[in-house]
Amino acid sequence: MIAFEGVTKRFGAWTAVDSLSLTVAAGEFRVLIGPSGSGKSTVLRMMNRLIAPDAGTIRVEGEDIARLKPETLRRRMGYVIQNIGLFPHWTVERNIAAVPDLLGWPKARVRDRVTELLALLNLDPERYRGAYPHELSGGQQQRVGVARALAAEPQILLMDEPFSALDPITRGALQAEMAGIHKATGTTVVFVTHDMDEALALASRIAVLDRGRLVQSGTPLDILTDPADDRVRDLVGREDWGLKRLAVETVAERLRPGETAPGEPLAAGASLRQALAAMVARGTDRLPVADGQGRPVGTLHLADLLRGPDRS
Amino acid sequence: MSRLRSLLTDRLVLGLLVLAALVLGMPALKPLFAAAFPALDRPLYEADGFLALTLDHLALAGGASLIAVLLGGAAGIAVTRPFGREFRGILDAVAAMGQTFPPVAVLAVSVPVLGFGPAPALIALTLYGLLPIVENTVAGLESVPEPVREAARGMGMGPGALLWRVELPLAAPVILAGVRTAAVVNLGTAAIASTVGAKTLGLPIIVGLNGSNPAYVIQGAVIVAALAVVLDAGFDRLAARLTRWRPGTD
Repeated sequence: MIAFEGVTKRFGAWTAVDSLSLTVAAGEFRVLIGPSGSGKSTVLRMMNRLIAPDAGTIRVEGEDIARLKPETLRRRMGYVIQNIGLFPHWTVERNIAAVPDLLGWPKARVRDRVTELLALLNLDPERYRGAYPHELSGGQQQRVGVARALAAEPQILLMDEPFSALDPITRGALQAEMAGIHKATGTTVVFVTHDMDEALALASRIAVLDRGRLVQSGTPLDILTDPADDRVRDLVGREDWGLKRLAVETVAERLRPGETAPGEPLAAGASLRQALAAMVARGTDRLPVADGQGRPVGTLHLADLLRGPDRS
Repeated sequence: MSRLRSLLTDRLVLGLLVLAALVLGMPALKPLFAAAFPALDRPLYEADGFLALTLDHLALAGGASLIAVLLGGAAGIAVTRPFGREFRGILDAVAAMGQTFPPVAVLAVSVPVLGFGPAPALIALTLYGLLPIVENTVAGLESVPEPVREAARGMGMGPGALLWRVELPLAAPVILAGVRTAAVVNLGTAAIASTVGAKTLGLPIIVGLNGSNPAYVIQGAVIVAALAVVLDAGFDRLAARLTRWRPGTD
């Protein structure tokens, strides 16, 4: 879907991106992570030609984007930034409709799309469509920012530290919504962050960058269990590595089917980290597990958390 | 009923009513001026109709303001685009220099070059009106937050769409303040332009001053004052419309 081939970008004497090759597969939730100055935002901004590379080729769906008109390319991609950048003189509705308007969608279709997106982002359409950005909280503004990026049904969504300015509770809620939207739409997402917990929670694949080079690329589990070097080890944390490790796997993967246990059941989709927290809170080493419809499906044992992952 | 009441207490509507009454009804006030200034042979300025003077006055001040908006706006936009950034310093210097000239001085300087008549007045007023408009256009465009610009570019707005849909609407309140300054200065200075031979509401004032006829002075001055009130109220109305999206204005 997106392929970088030997891409280099310098700003004066500083090499922000150093002959980088990287691919993002269709439908992937790809997180770019790294410390400040690792080049992760530059990489993202080269994907929609806000920054032009000095060398190398970037292809989107096989097309060299240097040959496309920047406006045409950008209208096919959603773009969400940390500072949100809503148009303060436009209502929520007009903000969300910005790209469909540029593309000349009929009015009725735009209106329906706005309603659908507000509902998707948990904003009551009737209450918020006519509101101005300054009337919204930071979290609501970024919800509108995400809705605006999704408006024209882009195949690719680019997100540059979209939630890092939000308070932890709002951030968590938006992360969960983003995971749901990715699952529901299958949009390819490229997401820049410096927060490893966020990366592990959202990514289907993570690319770790440092000084403009790709250090490691893999699934969250790969990054955690097989870090390429000390830089990656630092990023995944040494003290709470175990908890991060538990956070990337769900209860369903360690389930003992058929067994039953007393107490309030845990959702099969919950993370092992949540399961551990529940065990500690209840002072038990066994929890019942239920599926999405609340039907019991088995139990989870503390001992099963301590096993290594099934990598068969 | 409440609609009629709000209409009658509206500054713009009231100002327009008073202005119309003064412009059209000045001859009817002749007995009043005769009573107030019994020593005067001619208590009413009758060499020109007040309607014609007012329209000429507005044409001069309005025309100069309009030209200044077009030129000043274009210059302000140009120096905030990538291709014009180098000229920013020159424009700033010219603007700052021009601001130190009083409008009367601009008029005085332009007559030897352009002669008497409405042409030097139009040019002098245009030049003077340019400065606040250029400055406010640049300031307004530069006040557009960078994330808003980035979001606009990132979603695929070209330079034209960015300017017309985002930058100019957001800069509009600041630009309007510059236009207001220019228009108010022009409205007043257009009266002085009668000294260089332009036919404006300054004519009865100047004739009155030269001929020791205070009635003429008052007749010209009250209409200019009424025009200023209407202009001010009109700009207030416009400013409120342009800032409806701002916090605390709804």
